[in-house]
Amino acid sequence: MAKYKMHVLVCGGTGCHASESDTLLENLKTIVADKGLDNEVQVIATGCFGFCEKGPIVKIMPDNTFYTQVCPADAREIVEEHLIKGRKVNRLLYVDPENKEHISDSKHMGFYKKQLRIALRNCGFIDPENIDEYISRDGYEALAKCLTEMTPQQVIEEMKKSGLRGRGGGGFSTGLKWEITSKSVSDIKYVVCNADEGDPGAFMDRSILEGDPHSVIEAMAICGYCIGASYGLVYIRAEYPLAIDRLKTAINQAREYGLLGQDILGTGFAFDIELRYGAGAFVCGEETALIHSMEGLRGEPTVKPPFPSVSGYYEKPTNVNNVETFANVPVIINKGAEWFASIGTEKSKGTKVFALAGKINNVGLIEVPMGTTLREVIYEIGGGIKDGKKFKAVQTGGPSGGCLTEKHLDTPIDYDNLLASGSMMGSGGMIVMDEDDCMVSMAKFYLDFTVEESCGKCSPCRIGNKRLYEILDKITQGKGTRDDIDSLRNLSHVIKDTALCGLGQTSPNPVLSTIDNFWDEYIEHVTDKKCRSGQCKALLQYYIDPENCVGCTACARNCPVNAISGERKGIHVIDQATCIKCGACLEKCKFNAVFIK
Amino acid sequence: MGQVKSLADLRKIKEELQGKMSLREKSNNPESLVQVKVAMATCGIASGAKQVMDFFIEEFDKRNIQAVVTQTGCMGYCFAEPTVEITLPGKEPVVFGYVDTRKADDIIEKYVKNGELVEGIIPVNYETIEKK
Repeated sequence: MAKYKMHVLVCGGTGCHASESDTLLENLKTIVADKGLDNEVQVIATGCFGFCEKGPIVKIMPDNTFYTQVCPADAREIVEEHLIKGRKVNRLLYVDPENKEHISDSKHMGFYKKQLRIALRNCGFIDPENIDEYISRDGYEALAKCLTEMTPQQVIEEMKKSGLRGRGGGGFSTGLKWEITSKSVSDIKYVVCNADEGDPGAFMDRSILEGDPHSVIEAMAICGYCIGASYGLVYIRAEYPLAIDRLKTAINQAREYGLLGQDILGTGFAFDIELRYGAGAFVCGEETALIHSMEGLRGEPTVKPPFPSVSGYYEKPTNVNNVETFANVPVIINKGAEWFASIGTEKSKGTKVFALAGKINNVGLIEVPMGTTLREVIYEIGGGIKDGKKFKAVQTGGPSGGCLTEKHLDTPIDYDNLLASGSMMGSGGMIVMDEDDCMVSMAKFYLDFTVEESCGKCSPCRIGNKRLYEILDKITQGKGTRDDIDSLRNLSHVIKDTALCGLGQTSPNPVLSTIDNFWDEYIEHVTDKKCRSGQCKALLQYYIDPENCVGCTACARNCPVNAISGERKGIHVIDQATCIKCGACLEKCKFNAVFIK
Repeated sequence: MGQVKSLADLRKIKEELQGKMSLREKSNNPESLVQVKVAMATCGIASGAKQVMDFFIEEFDKRNIQAVVTQTGCMGYCFAEPTVEITLPGKEPVVFGYVDTRKADDIIEKYVKNGELVEGIIPVNYETIEKK
């Protein structure tokens, strides 16, 4: 066996893939082989490193060199300079946004310093298409331990003690869920993995499946052992082709090794996994809708109870857990419940993966212990707000969540604190907004999403959300009144109380939380007809400053609706009734005479 | 590789595979291991730095010493090539000159194992920007 001196890890996640990391990988392999280094240097495609802002990422081991934004054409320089001569390629190193210094080593990057990676432990470290690399990092050891040394009841106890809660958003105790399903009596039971990640901006489940599919397979088998199921199903959206590919490869490898199938590890336990594809509907992330979709029916939720743990897939007891939840399981079994429970806060144990997006410097995927504050996440890991602007709010929990503001920055993040602050954990999307974002428009954006995604089965959700959207739209058009804000609030409460499933019950949250936290902005919109961030176009008015106007006619000539009048070399005036607020005059004026009020 | 039939099987496979991954595992916390940097610029390579690096990698493995061996650029001591910088956990780096495989063997046995200094140490006579 060749003894490699260096490992070159190339990110093979969807984000970096889109920036040609596959060509880069091929180039590196070819050049390494050309130089006769293929016995010394191993080039490997891994899962997501999380630092998607600066992809494609190339990491070189053992010196931990972290190259960012590497193009296929950079492969030669990396091989010739770094791999052969030991000189780092400075221009590809990460530059610290604060002191503009090159940071060569991922250990010194603010982005990684505060992170603790449990669910993402193997992402960006192993080759997801090679089961051997997973096994060498204690892979399938947890399954083996459960099958040979523990009874199902002991495993469930361990899970309960660990305090792991569902990472899909609800936060229900995983151990308890397993226990309930294990107690349901039936000839057939099912383990379902919910990989229908629908929150706009969240992509942790995709990254785990792409970067470490075996951890999910192993955990599903453990769950099967606990609840007495021998079938597993992964419900994954068809728009995740790379994750599907890697998962299929992983399942086949596990079958070849006998880690899935009949008589696993000689214990008589049988378990196998199949995939079911979803068409990408948000509501199918709700477990009853998900199950109906898998059965080939419409993806519509039904009233609980009966819970899936009693009557689920084809009316058999079914245990549904989210991808990230499963990814935590093998570590809990290997390291013990006490170890896991020592991380996090009193009621939320372990870590949580967040997808940072929006107006933040380091867009990407991070994993931090529960109880980390928003300030740490946004300013230390996220590197602060883009272009030095002012932080305004962060939306957590996607369309079902709410926004958190400056006063919440020092709140430790966990399930209960987020709920108390009027938001929720959700699947872990975090969209950061700065002073240029209008909160009414933000609420409108999420309502637009919910209206689109509502399955239409119950009227509060189908009709109520549509009305909410219309009122918000009216306000952003400058036609709102004080009464409209009251109607928004009343209608929101009615929808929350009467909608059938989680989607409807939480859809008014963005409205309520923006009204609570940004009351002033709503009032400004309806009484002063102003939008302070300038996002609501209908509320803006363009004016020409007579002092600066030289009468060059540039604005008048470029106005698409001829709203500007004035003689050559005379002062120009905008007719507010005709103006469509396109901003063409502002762009064309060379004398700073056009301004917005 | 065949089927994994039992827990013992799995552990055996794992042990066999860990060698392949050890390079990556070690670089997760290099501070706690012996770190060896071999100067591999043109002059170093010409004087046999490559053989020395291979020797270090193989011998650490054979003698069961947890170490990270990396290559680095020219250290400037071209008169004393091949040069090797060794950092024991919690200690200041020490640079050795004229390191051939025999000397490397000496360094492992005496310095790495017992902290005993051997001949050929190049004293640090410059300051780095970090210290200023």
